[in-house]
Amino acid sequence: MNRRVRGLIRKEILQVLRDPSSIAIAFLLPAALLLLFGYGVSMDAKDLRLGIVTEQASAEAASFAASFQHNSYFKSRLFSTRQQAQTALTAKQLDGFLVLPGDFAARLKGEQNAPIQLIVNGVDANTARLMEGYVRGTWERWLERELAARARTLSKPVAMQPRIWFNPELRSRNYLVPGLVAINMTLVGALLTALVMAREWERGTLEALMATPVTLKELLIGKILPYFLLGMGGMGISVSMAIWQFDVPLRGSPWLLLLCSALFLLVALGMGLLISVVAKSQFVAGMIAIVTTFLPAFLLSGFLFDIDSMPLPVQGITHIVAARYFIAILQSLFLAGNVWSVILPNALALCLMGLIFFGLVRKKLHKRLE
Amino acid sequence: MLQRILALIIKEFLALLRDPKSRVVTFVPPLIQLVVFGYAASYDLNHVPFALYDQDRGQVARELVAAFDGSPTLELTRVIHSEEEIAPLLDSREVILVLRIDPRFSEALLTGGSAQVQLLLDGRNSNTAQVALNYASEIVAAFNERWSREQGVSGPPAQLVMRAWFNPNLESRWFFIPGVVGVLTLVVTLVVTLVVTLVVTALSVAREREHGTFDQLLVTPLRPLEILIGKAAPAFVIGVVEASLVILIAHFWFRVPLIGELTTLYAGIVLFVLAAIGIGLMISSLAETLQQAVLGAFLFMVPAVILSGFATPIANMPEAVQLLTYGDPLRYFLILLRGVFLEGTPLELLLDQLWPLVVIALTTLVSAGWLFRHRIY
Repeated sequence: MNRRVRGLIRKEILQVLRDPSSIAIAFLLPAALLLLFGYGVSMDAKDLRLGIVTEQASAEAASFAASFQHNSYFKSRLFSTRQQAQTALTAKQLDGFLVLPGDFAARLKGEQNAPIQLIVNGVDANTARLMEGYVRGTWERWLERELAARARTLSKPVAMQPRIWFNPELRSRNYLVPGLVAINMTLVGALLTALVMAREWERGTLEALMATPVTLKELLIGKILPYFLLGMGGMGISVSMAIWQFDVPLRGSPWLLLLCSALFLLVALGMGLLISVVAKSQFVAGMIAIVTTFLPAFLLSGFLFDIDSMPLPVQGITHIVAARYFIAILQSLFLAGNVWSVILPNALALCLMGLIFFGLVRKKLHKRLE
Repeated sequence: MLQRILALIIKEFLALLRDPKSRVVTFVPPLIQLVVFGYAASYDLNHVPFALYDQDRGQVARELVAAFDGSPTLELTRVIHSEEEIAPLLDSREVILVLRIDPRFSEALLTGGSAQVQLLLDGRNSNTAQVALNYASEIVAAFNERWSREQGVSGPPAQLVMRAWFNPNLESRWFFIPGVVGVLTLVVTLVVTLVVTLVVTALSVAREREHGTFDQLLVTPLRPLEILIGKAAPAFVIGVVEASLVILIAHFWFRVPLIGELTTLYAGIVLFVLAAIGIGLMISSLAETLQQAVLGAFLFMVPAVILSGFATPIANMPEAVQLLTYGDPLRYFLILLRGVFLEGTPLELLLDQLWPLVVIALTTLVSAGWLFRHRIY
């Protein structure tokens, strides 16, 4: 490394140290976000508020209600009329309710297909589906017990046995935390560099730099290297928290993880630098960074929403979201192991994006004044 | 006083809209984002690729496969003939589900025994796996019911029937699009507030001095409060206008029903936009450099979105995190938006969502005003 690059790096480091918000971005932001979201974001429904309406008390109705009361998925409340439960659902005090009609016990004994109605608030469709699944499961177990008491079994012509690979208990944290690491690093990478070039333009110091013998390549290295090291520090914090704080298993190679993270961080920094070079003003750069980083990485990366289920044009758009590739790599590395058929294509895509970003930066940045 | 404020508001609007870059940054992304995110944000699965390993090959097995392939959720993309082919397919994510039919499937079914099918799922995305599993259980349950009926076997003595209120087909999109409306309103208002206010707060005083505009501001008869109102007004107008635009798209493009009263909706929008402006003003008056302001915006926005119940229910969070969500204005706004859009909730039932917004708006606006007065002189 020559003297000029060293000088530039030294200058950049001094600048970082003078405004501690860069250090906060690199270390505090990932730790705080991961802690908050690792605990805060969960798909595992619990304590669903379920009302049980028994229009006429009976031993059967009581045993049915009891199977829901001793269940960790539900927080149940008893009602004696449908009207009361409806009011509670409208007032958002319930997520759903079950209705056992007045002739429930009689029809159950007479094998007349006693109907049980489940009404759910469908606004949150996903929770409603989960609730239906849990209610159905509890109901089936109750039915089996009822039938066993009469020496019968529940006839099930086809029995399905699900086996879930990589994450047998379907612990949502195991897939959300690796995704959060990627979102974190998208923010950190872009935030660190989005303003650096714009700041130089705005303050006129870039003109001063251009008057020096420094080449554009040296300038870029000087800009990237300090932030790359800061970002890798943040990455280290995120990954350690994922493993030790949130107990996400790391089944792949840690070296491969390090390599892929470095690659992704370069892409994220490149994107920030591109924003900075295009915007040329700190305002616009900051605003573009706010609009283009978080929400796309959150919604279009496959972090929460299945990409294959999106309409084709939207799937096309997801290809320009770098986090998409990194999340695929992370989820496989953490939960499945070194799956080369996932890692190689996604790593290649990241390389390509990195090349495009740095190519554009190089093209937009001239060593002359306009 | 009114005239002075009005003049300042007009000046701020001109300043904001004259620069083509900030014009684009303000108006184009939210509309594009609503459309893209509106399509992207859904937990429903469409055409999820699955592989079939049919060791039975009987007629009834084929009927079950047809039921799987016929559902819009799943799409048969691979047929495999050996155990060894399963792992590479799931590993590489070529399929997320493998349906394996036991060699004695037909035999068991026809002799009244229990026929076995195995479902192997990629659990790397646990929510997708869970949803796919639920769909598969429904398909098998429907198959069982039909089979029992055709064979004249008596069904269970009790039956569970589900009905969903407000969203009968349980469309995930109906839940997310009002959410996207809320998130975008937040982002737009925050961005505009920052763009407009950062110009007068401490950090760009140096630049304003160079341009001479700062001195001009100091010698005008405008008081700090008036400057603040002048700065907040464009963000307010733009926030409300953009919220209206995205609501139009949500209703007419995505066909999300809008059942409730518009007045209730706008009461929520006005209060929420005010709260967002208050937070934006606080960030910009606390920040010393632009980098800090942008960092502040992120530090507010990212948790505000994630803790609002936008994508994962607040009820699933641990108690301590749930307490934090009470300080998040987006939480109240999302409940209000979903209530008004889908349930037609009347104003009385939403008062519990409105008064916290009033409290947040008042606190942030008053403290921003105080900070601003102490910063400018």
